[in-house]
Amino acid sequence: MEIKKNREGAKLTVALSGRLDTLTAPQMEEVVKGDLDGVTELSIDLKDLTYVSSAGLRVLLMAQKTMNGKKGTMEICNVCEDIKEVFSITGFADIFTIK
Amino acid sequence: MTEKIFPADINELAPVTVFLEEELDKAEANPKLMVTFAVALEELFVNVAHYAYPDSKGTVKIGIDTSGDSIVVQLTDSGVPFNPVAMPDPDITESAEERKIGGLGIYMVKKSMDSMTYEYKDNQNILTISKRK
Repeated sequence: MEIKKNREGAKLTVALSGRLDTLTAPQMEEVVKGDLDGVTELSIDLKDLTYVSSAGLRVLLMAQKTMNGKKGTMEICNVCEDIKEVFSITGFADIFTIK
Repeated sequence: MTEKIFPADINELAPVTVFLEEELDKAEANPKLMVTFAVALEELFVNVAHYAYPDSKGTVKIGIDTSGDSIVVQLTDSGVPFNPVAMPDPDITESAEERKIGGLGIYMVKKSMDSMTYEYKDNQNILTISKRK
């Protein structure tokens, strides 16, 4: 998986490509733990992400909780159909703001 | 059924996935089915890797059968007896703050497959999932 970060003031955009799975989720966890200081607007772009397992959902939930905890916002953009289905069957479609 | 034995270690996930993709490729499975099985096998394999052998290193045998109307994937390990089919489903209506991740992987497998069965036989956990082509 590749992670591209773009910070503009209090807004951070994180673009993920490839697979968000058991082996790559720790890379995203590092971003959630280390790059959200001072961020009030988090945008996660999944345009080039093709695969999410429960390990990936766990780290996205962690990001959501972090942003909720500091009254910030988080949106997930450009979600492909397969991943939308994963969000839907697991109830995460109701938790995340999907654009 | 084509079978392969892997160390029960999460670092084996990539070769496990390659094995699945090769077998499903041969059967000309569609890409959507491929992803569904890849996610399901990841959840089940990682579960075995994390919990089946708490005090030792072990292996897991993965069998894939694409000859019938359904694709069948079977995992066999000789670790701690564990029946994922009997696990309660997580509450998927909870808010972000309340949501817990435990059990979610197994739930995803249950929801995405046509069937998931568990058997404990000769000191082995045998878990079988299947879905129509």
